This record gives sequence, structure tokens and C-alpha cells, in this order.
Amino acid sequence: MKTALVTGSARGIGRAICEELARSGVAQNIVVCDVQKEWCEETVAALRAIEGVQADSLALDVSKEASVVAGVAEAAKLFGSLDIVVNNAGVTRDDLLVRMTEEKWDTVLDINLKGAFLVTREAAKLMMRARSGAIVNIASVVGLMGNAGQANYSASKGGLIALTKTTARELGGRGVRVNAVAPGFINSKMTEVLPDNVKQQMLSIIPLKKFGEVSDIAKAVAFLSSDSASYITGQVISVNGGMLMP
Amino acid sequence: MTLEEKVKQIVVDSLHAEASQVTPAASFVNDLGADSLDQAELMMNIEDAFKQYVGDNIPEEDAAKFETVGSVIEFLKSKGVPENVD
Repeated sequence: MKTALVTGSARGIGRAICEELARSGVAQNIVVCDVQKEWCEETVAALRAIEGVQADSLALDVSKEASVVAGVAEAAKLFGSLDIVVNNAGVTRDDLLVRMTEEKWDTVLDINLKGAFLVTREAAKLMMRARSGAIVNIASVVGLMGNAGQANYSASKGGLIALTKTTARELGGRGVRVNAVAPGFINSKMTEVLPDNVKQQMLSIIPLKKFGEVSDIAKAVAFLSSDSASYITGQVISVNGGMLMP
Repeated sequence: MTLEEKVKQIVVDSLHAEASQVTPAASFVNDLGADSLDQAELMMNIEDAFKQYVGDNIPEEDAAKFETVGSVIEFLKSKGVPENVD
């Protein structure tokens, strides 16, 4: 029986990750986390409908240390262990560098990067003592290649990749694996707001000539979380239709 | 059990050390083979066990002085931990 905690999992990629972890049997207990507990209800209901799966939710503001310390401790108590953590919570506040406010910068870095640090730190304390665990960070193709208009977001994702590698080095000796998935252009709430000409432009640089689906990310996360990936740590798996080949 | 017994037990559990080697004079690094992560884990377990005396986080300047099992016992005594603990 494995327990997984997924941040930002009320909807979108986070929700798809929860469902894939449950359906694939990688985790039997799922803790759905988002800023407000009510937002998690639909995801929890969908998970409970899967046979042999238990699910619960908790309110977690990853950018606040007190919330994360209390939340991770509570998550571990819910089902008696914490085996898999997916740092998925993320936001965008796009603007050109010269117009980017300090507030936009701080908001994105606080949630996307500091949030992952805090959750990883608290989870690592449990996993290193258990001598086992898997952490998957949801990075982004822009963390590898940069993207005009996303100085804050791309810096947060590049930082997350470096955090992934450092954590993998520190915790490897304790049987804890840490990897990242770097999505390319995925059909989701975060990308549906982009103008059509931007979407067309993106398509032209994607060899597979289509955008990805949240399930494409979820499957990569489930693999990295599972024992099938037991010799994989510190890696960044790109799921981007070939738009970047690092 | 006594404070010394309790600390020894935590050291054995944290470092996976042989109980017979865990004496007050034993050095975590030189005698018990602890690496930096082992020492961090030991600190976390000491904090958990003696939270009411040392708080959630033992300050780094105190932790840095913990070279032997005995130094931890002395530190805990200085924080008011009694000779006999649960």
C-alpha cells in the first residue's frame, strides 16, 4: 500500500496525476492538496470511485511554511505513510521582463519554487527515515529553453530542475529518488488562455504536430513514481512532442 | 530509562550503529561512521524525542558542537532534561 500526495491537484495536470497514480496501481492512497479543501472535492470523488483506492484532501498553501509543515504531517497521518510526493502546484504571471513587477516575480517563485522546496523538505524528513520514497517535480520545457514573457515562470522551473538534481544527490543514499517531468505545450487551463496565433506558432515547432494532454504528463509521473523506475533518479523527462531535445 | 540510555537508543536507531559501540566517548563521525545526513537524521530524532525541552529546531551553533554521544547528553542536561526519561 503506497500513499501519494500531489500538490495543486484540484484540477488540470495535478488531478490527472492523482487519477493515473490510482488507476495504474502505483498508489492506493491519494492525498489531494490545493489551496482550498473545497476545490478538491471533485478529484477526491473521482478517485474514490476507483476500486481499491482511498482518497482524502487537505488545504495546502505551498508558499507558506506553516501550512506545509502542518499539511505534510497531516498527510502522513491520514493513511499512515508518505511514499510518493508530486510537486505540481504552479502558477503563471506572464509579462515582459522590463514590465514585470516584483509582485509577479515573487508570487511565481514563492509557489513554484519555494513551495516545492518546502514540501520536499518536509517529505524528505519522513522518507529518509523510511529509507524509501519517490518525489516527482513538475518542471517545464521553458525551464530548459527559456521563453519570452515568462522570466519568472521559466526561472522558477529552471530552479526546480536544479532542486531536483540536488535533492536526488542528497537523498540517494537513503533510497529516496527524485526526478522531474518537463511538460511542453499541454492542453490545460494554464494554456487555453493563450491567443490562437501563439498556439499556431508553438505547433510549428513541435515535431509531433499536436499539443499534449494532461494524461501524457500523468503517465510519465506515474512511471517515475513507481518501482519500475527504481534505478532512475536526478533525471528530467521531457514530455513535449519533441519541441525541445535537450 | 535514564537519559543516557534514551540517547544511546536514538543513536543506535538513527545511525544503525552497534549498541556496544555507542558509549558517551564515541565520536559520531570517527567511531560510528556517521555522514552529514546521518547527523541530520540524529538531530531530527533528538528534536522529536525532547521537543518539550529543545523546541522544534536545535540551533545550528549548538548542533555543530555535537561530536560525541556524551556531548548530546550534556546538551540535553543543560536544557533541563531530567536523568530519568520515558
